[in-house]
Amino acid sequence: MVSRPHGGRLVDRVARGSSRQRLIEEATEMPKIEISESLAADVANIAHGVYSPLEGFMLREDYECVLEFMRLSNDVPWTIPITLDVEPDEVRDVVPGDEVVLIYRKVPIAVMRVEEIYPWDRKEYAMKVFKTVDPSHPGVARTMKRKSMLVGGQVLLINDPPEPFERYRLWPKETRVLFEARGWRTIAAFQTRNVPHLGHEYVQKAALTFTDGLFINPLVGWKKPGDYRDEVIVEAYRALIEHYYPAESVVFSVLRMEMRYAGPREAVHHAIVRKNFGATHFIVGRDHAGVGRFYGPYEAWEIFKEFPDLGITPLFVREAFYCRKCGGMVNEKICPHGNEHRVRISGTKLREMIKRSEKPPEYMMRPEVAEVILRHPNPFVE
Amino acid sequence: MRMSDKVQISIARELYEKAKRFVEEQGGFSSVEELVEFLLREVLSEEESSYTMSKEDEEKVKERLRALGYI
Repeated sequence: MVSRPHGGRLVDRVARGSSRQRLIEEATEMPKIEISESLAADVANIAHGVYSPLEGFMLREDYECVLEFMRLSNDVPWTIPITLDVEPDEVRDVVPGDEVVLIYRKVPIAVMRVEEIYPWDRKEYAMKVFKTVDPSHPGVARTMKRKSMLVGGQVLLINDPPEPFERYRLWPKETRVLFEARGWRTIAAFQTRNVPHLGHEYVQKAALTFTDGLFINPLVGWKKPGDYRDEVIVEAYRALIEHYYPAESVVFSVLRMEMRYAGPREAVHHAIVRKNFGATHFIVGRDHAGVGRFYGPYEAWEIFKEFPDLGITPLFVREAFYCRKCGGMVNEKICPHGNEHRVRISGTKLREMIKRSEKPPEYMMRPEVAEVILRHPNPFVE
Repeated sequence: MRMSDKVQISIARELYEKAKRFVEEQGGFSSVEELVEFLLREVLSEEESSYTMSKEDEEKVKERLRALGYI
């Protein structure tokens, strides 16, 4: 049976029919707040239940509880604050109780009932969420550029933000129906921001061996320079699934959500989000959502001990490598051989090969996947 | 959560002792209070789980899934 939504209820804050029409008309008279691509994605994720039980951007009490205790004020686990930042000028004439319209690329996408406007401490946020204030951390750098006030309140979606990958975008209510239709009782979700190499394939197939279905759910949206472009990730996965996965055991869809590089906290956030899609298990990789050397390689595994009430089972699958003596992909738990026989698949090494237009060896990456990536003139975010 | 948001409840001592032993032996919970809150939340959230899709909505979802080749 698919997972129960986080907090017990799948949120649906999408205006439909005549009430949507009325809101669109009323919105022309409301104060406007222009929002970024990442915030527009957050609005849609709230409205379509990806962030259940959140119904809007966080109020101060939830924000502080999440920062301090990694839980909402009602004690439900939640590790990354979901907030709307503004400059005081943008809400000069707005008071709690007012409705404002959120605008993305000149299109009104949601109406928000403002419940609270409050200041926040970006450094404190960085220290709690990223465990550092080092500006070389991409999440910290991005946080320090955010605006000085937060606005909390429920949202009601009136227009979905544009999605270039609409063909591959599913919302939780859709994946839940899909998993049920396929008769899956156990679903392992895989989060990624990378193109797949053989290590990823090994981890996914190890999880699929013990579950009914595999849900591959890459993030699209803002990523740091040097990461793979969204279209490259999508095409690479399509190639891998087409050639190497049993179609009836895999669901592939994209999730538009900003990568925060918050390591352990973000690992839990990723698990909660996939629980809302109906997944029962979540694969937590080595240095999950990490960047550089800011987090220990298995720190993201440790944090799950603090959430016995998470409602989704983390699967801690060790990093896979190729062992010449074993003659295949293995991990340190099942391979007795020494380092001299092991070939580690380094993402950095793969990136360097691709930058030089070199095809990586087949024990690192499937040739069909490599071809798709190499076809792109520049597969990396600049 | 603020302390003022909490209330006291009474349970049988025997049950409390059993719960205390469970917490000490099994781990995962730091106190009996945490265990009780967890269990209550589990039971109650099942009750509150109000998301049910109408047949008509479910059919619409299935239509889209079919059109996209998922089913």
